[in-house]
Amino acid sequence: MLHIKCPHCGLRSQNEFSYGGDATVKRPELGKEISDQDWDNFVYNRKSLRGKHWELWQHLSGCRQWIKVQRDTATHEIFKTLKANEEIS
Amino acid sequence: MQKYSVFSLVKNALSNHENWDLAWKDPTPKKEYDVVIIGGGGHGLATAYYLAKEHNITNVAIIEKGWIGGGNVGRNTTIIRSNYMHDDNALFSEFGMDLWRRMSQDLNYNVMFSPRGIINLAHSDAQMNTYARRGNSMRLNGIDAVLLNREEVREIIPMADFSENVRFPIFGGLMQPSAGTARHDAVAWGYARQADDMGVDIIQNCEVIGFDVSAGKINGVRTSRGDIKAKKIGLCVAGSTNILAEKLNMTLPIETHLLQACVSEPVKPVLDKVVTFGAGHFYISQSDKGEMVMGGDLDGYNSYAQRGNLPTLQHVLTEGIAMMPFLSKLKMLRTWGGIMDMSMDGSPIIDKTHIEGLYLNCGWCYGGFKATPASGWTFAHTIAQNRVHELNAGYSLNRFNTGHLLDEKGLGTKTWIS
Repeated sequence: MLHIKCPHCGLRSQNEFSYGGDATVKRPELGKEISDQDWDNFVYNRKSLRGKHWELWQHLSGCRQWIKVQRDTATHEIFKTLKANEEIS
Repeated sequence: MQKYSVFSLVKNALSNHENWDLAWKDPTPKKEYDVVIIGGGGHGLATAYYLAKEHNITNVAIIEKGWIGGGNVGRNTTIIRSNYMHDDNALFSEFGMDLWRRMSQDLNYNVMFSPRGIINLAHSDAQMNTYARRGNSMRLNGIDAVLLNREEVREIIPMADFSENVRFPIFGGLMQPSAGTARHDAVAWGYARQADDMGVDIIQNCEVIGFDVSAGKINGVRTSRGDIKAKKIGLCVAGSTNILAEKLNMTLPIETHLLQACVSEPVKPVLDKVVTFGAGHFYISQSDKGEMVMGGDLDGYNSYAQRGNLPTLQHVLTEGIAMMPFLSKLKMLRTWGGIMDMSMDGSPIIDKTHIEGLYLNCGWCYGGFKATPASGWTFAHTIAQNRVHELNAGYSLNRFNTGHLLDEKGLGTKTWIS
């Protein structure tokens, strides 16, 4: 069982959250000409590596806020959590 | 190679089974091969076997970080089926079914293929309509499919919950009678033994550290046991594809996720079919030892852990108990997890890449085991002929770019969509 520290509510069990995937993916800017490759990278292509991974979770059964979590994909250790609008440093 | 038969069994019994040949050798890697296959799982071993058997290419090495058959071919729920709706999936899988039916003879190794049939349960009228459509598509592609009503399902699996007052009543189901199970480890060992006999080097405990790529061509691979040159290299490492792709500066439409399975304590024969729950994601069969073999959803977040988390297991088994209440009385014997390549449309990739001589076999999602022979056969063809076979033409890498997705269920990595 993962224990995720929601930046709004504190430490809660994994059951309260749902997963939202890689948090480093940025949607290409609207109104700007982009290549098919840029769009592909946004929609489909993912690094998904072993080790530290920034990802989105939603505190679905809690405050319902989206948050950013840095987790190790092999050990599940959670290093850091951020609010959705906080930049990954 | 010693042929396995009743006679060899008797002969070796007389000498206390001390004189059996080794099933495969433990060679030191050579400096160069015609083809190097990375990954000694079912697909890698099958690829090497078909390279030798169908294309007469025997100067081949399989390099494996751990031991052969230690990954997902040893961790699955052994289900074999071809109950797909889309042509690309259906024809590929049905081609594989033919290989499965002959496999024990072809490999001189008992893979215990048991075509016991699979039933996908339906829990609403709408789902029955969907299954009728899928069943018709299957039959148009020459695959056996039978639509069962509630009473017909009850006759086959009376232990399921047919009471009136349940959340997901059983309306009927879609059965593929020719689907079934096989002994998963035997598949890996059978392919390994034959490939080895035809001259393939199976090199275990050999980790890939990097690749030698120049001017858009692959020249070889750097491993923990030295550099190995090869003009053609096939990646067959589903679960770890992203790790090797990173070493090649490739980013793929794949996320790595964890899938759990479990078995109960062994009980007397009760279930002679593979059954899947239609209102969630749960599948069950009974092994020859009597254990109930069960599996279901991904853990749901990127993972390389090879072990699962309990909330998912609880969720999956809740579905199982809803479908077959007697399961609640059983004790759990063992649970385990394997890491999957989850492709973005839920279908695999068997293709060439932008690097000349580098071939990709990945993205098997939930369905890698049953695809083992067809995947090996088509991947061997793709490598040997340097072009894809019509059977794996739909499994192209650029389909995500061109929009020709093969979305059988439209799930991919997004399990919560279901």
